[in-house]
Amino acid sequence: MIASKEKDRPVVPPEVVSRGYWHGVISRLLRDKVSVACMIILGAIVLSAIFAPLIAPGDPTVGSVLERLKPIGEPGYLLGTDELGRDMLTRLLYGGRMSLITGVVPVTLALIIGGALGTIAGYVGGWTNAVIMRTIDVIFAFPSVLLAVAISGALGAGLENMLLALTIVLIPPIVRISESVTTQVRELDFVDAARASGAGSLTIIRAHILGNILGPIFVYSSSLLSVSIILASGLSFIGLGAKPPTPEWGLMLNTLRSAIYTQPVISALPGVMIFIVSLASNLLSDGLRSAMDVQR
Amino acid sequence: MFGYFAKRLAYAVPVCIAVSALCFSLVYLAPGDPLSAVLPADASQEIIDDIKAQYGLDKPVPVQYILWLGRAVTGDLGTSIGSGRSVALEIGNAIGNSLMLALFASIIGFTVGSFLGMIAGYYSGSTTDKVVSAIAISGVSIPHYWLGIVLVAIFSVELNWLPAMGAGAGGSQEWAWDWEHVRFIILPAITLAAIPTGIVTRSVRALVADTLSKEFVTALIAKGLTNRAIFFHVVKNSAPTALSVIGVQLGYLMAGSILVETVFSWPGTGLLLNTAIFQRDIPLLQGTILVLALFFVGLNLLVDILQPLLDPRISRT
Amino acid sequence: MNTPETQKNQAAFLETVDLRKHFEVGGGFLSGPPRMVQAVSDISFHVDEGTTLGVVGESGCGKSTMARLLMGLIERDSGSIRILGQEVGGTEGMSLREARRQMQMVFQDSFGSLNPRMTIEGSIMFGPLVHGVSRADARRRTHALLDRVGLEPSRYTARYPHELSGGQRQRVNIARALAMEPRMLVLDEPVSALDKSVEAQVLNLLLDLKEEFGLTYIFISHDLNVVQYISDRVMVMYLGKIVEIGSVEEIYDDARHPYTRALLNAMPSMDPAHRTESAPITGEPPSPIDPPSGCRFHTRCPFAEDICEKREPELQEKQTRRAVACHMEHPGSGHSQVGSSRHDQ
Repeated sequence: MIASKEKDRPVVPPEVVSRGYWHGVISRLLRDKVSVACMIILGAIVLSAIFAPLIAPGDPTVGSVLERLKPIGEPGYLLGTDELGRDMLTRLLYGGRMSLITGVVPVTLALIIGGALGTIAGYVGGWTNAVIMRTIDVIFAFPSVLLAVAISGALGAGLENMLLALTIVLIPPIVRISESVTTQVRELDFVDAARASGAGSLTIIRAHILGNILGPIFVYSSSLLSVSIILASGLSFIGLGAKPPTPEWGLMLNTLRSAIYTQPVISALPGVMIFIVSLASNLLSDGLRSAMDVQR
Repeated sequence: MFGYFAKRLAYAVPVCIAVSALCFSLVYLAPGDPLSAVLPADASQEIIDDIKAQYGLDKPVPVQYILWLGRAVTGDLGTSIGSGRSVALEIGNAIGNSLMLALFASIIGFTVGSFLGMIAGYYSGSTTDKVVSAIAISGVSIPHYWLGIVLVAIFSVELNWLPAMGAGAGGSQEWAWDWEHVRFIILPAITLAAIPTGIVTRSVRALVADTLSKEFVTALIAKGLTNRAIFFHVVKNSAPTALSVIGVQLGYLMAGSILVETVFSWPGTGLLLNTAIFQRDIPLLQGTILVLALFFVGLNLLVDILQPLLDPRISRT
Repeated sequence: MNTPETQKNQAAFLETVDLRKHFEVGGGFLSGPPRMVQAVSDISFHVDEGTTLGVVGESGCGKSTMARLLMGLIERDSGSIRILGQEVGGTEGMSLREARRQMQMVFQDSFGSLNPRMTIEGSIMFGPLVHGVSRADARRRTHALLDRVGLEPSRYTARYPHELSGGQRQRVNIARALAMEPRMLVLDEPVSALDKSVEAQVLNLLLDLKEEFGLTYIFISHDLNVVQYISDRVMVMYLGKIVEIGSVEEIYDDARHPYTRALLNAMPSMDPAHRTESAPITGEPPSPIDPPSGCRFHTRCPFAEDICEKREPELQEKQTRRAVACHMEHPGSGHSQVGSSRHDQ
């Protein structure tokens, strides 16, 4: 049964150019029509937000009460004016900038802080893990809306305070998922092999762990973008967060509430924007998840 | 199994303590004097010291915390600066309203969500499925306070069918199952139910589609089981999941209702929180956050314990 | 420290003395005290330079734990490990880092044995780079090794693990281990996951490499045939203890421990002249959490007597370099069968 010493002859693989993991994910994603549509819509919103100063017809904070609540299509005011006579289109575009900020900034900060904490907890294990995770559990014990409101409420209204509150709210879920994924990867043999070659913990984390955990963490964080934006607009709606005259969609919904009797469509516009952004990112997030699910 | 319950309960205690500490200290994050709301701007130092002593603010913070905690455990959460009444009383009045709203929303979420989810899952892949899924994801994505405003615009302003705000006279204390009272809760409950409905729909849909695709169902069909029987079987399977999803959502609905309550001026704990923040009513703020957070922790604990009973697929060792 | 023991083992590349690792399991708040999995208990053995020590045993006997203890991947509770006479770890002697330059490990081919996000070249180069080898040198070494294990560098360096077959991945694992230029390889079930034909190729590759580089091997496997093929000496483990150790001929032709005999008898015999006749192993394998008292094998041993339950037999040396941990082999132990020649093979 034990073979005689025959010559080694390994099988030669076919001539396929090696592709990375992400290439497959992206190509699958691009084949999904819904995801592509969402990417286009979000892309358009992001671009218009970035270039708002260039494309907006007016000034977002300047308006004359005489011009208040003009209907849609009024010459000079494509989407009408708000309760203080400011051009709605301009306000919406600048509002997009605010939403971009309230989405990207907290998520990015939470990703850096939470990702680092979670990865360390997952890799080192033991006491460090217990301390970090139990602390996070306590923060997690608060529902996100309540925590955001409580922190914002305590710190006082204002954009920076709101961003801080949102970051704190977003850190625990990111820590959880980072820790979980890191723990799983750490169990694998190639990590042991890396340790056996004498590499230090930081080197191993950088070279071996990160590449394998960034995928799921990243996807999860992207799904938090819309959560952050919605929380931010909610906070601004009740007066904690962006302060007038800042153009922010949630805040605009608040100030336009009374206009609902005279110009219902205009007062609904900021809500529509929030809805579109949220819907598109949720759909995209779903699509990304399916694209990543299909492992080779 | 018992050990697991005991463990969870015991674990909850330090969490509650830590939560209370967090609640207490939140207020001290704020810049400025917590007393600024109470004092006139030109109060003399004497008066300031007096009031400080009255509220116990002259002692070091950790001591204040212990005192506060001690009183809180006996049910004394201090006096509201704004209204002058006991904080516990204010919260007690409000929490019934919020609970009622949350329960209504949960029931809507459970029934509508399960129904939609089952249809979508049953006809998985078809147009019906796509439509229902679109509705579900819209429900999850919509800013629900905006939905509330829109509903008010349509049903209160335009059609004048339903009231725009308030809970009617007496709220939850004098509840009766007549139109006079029920009409106040319809819009807020629907508004609050949007997100949980969406979530339940998606969960149930996934479960139903997955169950139906399993081979044993094909075997049942091959054996000649009617569609009706299969339908009941699927319903039986998906109910526990829907229940546990709603259970989890209930906590969020209770504690996170502030936005909807603000839109409808619904006199619940959310609105109370709002008031406390803007009036910088420290005792009320601390008390409300504490009660809501503890409620959330307690509810999660309950769901955690009940979940293995409801959904036998989830086992806890 | 030059005891008579160490003097005898001067040719030993690696030596362990009373190596122990017990794991805590369970316990914590409200679950009572933790229980101990006695994974590896007081293991002492040595491996001569340039030879292969095969390690056999059933699942749960502690072979993988022992491999990881040797590599320093798990911290040992007590006992010592010596390489070329030098103590590893501790204040004097070799540091763990230096020890890792001397020994490397080859894992069983699994999804996790190679980083799925790293190219083959990257995986092999990692070790040398960590130790300060220049990128160019590391690459050169990688290409040479790939060539040596039978994988053409130009075709394989840029590939990812999922594009290779099991046998190819094991060659990569071997190349990765050799990239550190070690003098000893610890191989933990290296061919268990491979098809038989591929298994033969990899085994022959290992033998060739051993010749060429003058390597020492510790070869762990549950497959007795493979171990017989590749080993010079064989060590049999049961529930964390060594029950028998000797040269491959001694073990396979003249096994002394009842457990070894049972294992060998479970192998289908190819020789009609020597049919299986000994009593098979009875009973369930006990768990390493609560190992049986005295001789750990006594619950399943057809020759068990009172003394076996009471006292643990030591792994005594019998003749040269041959040791059996069984009361029947120790004169004066009190066992009724001491000294009787049993040739019921």
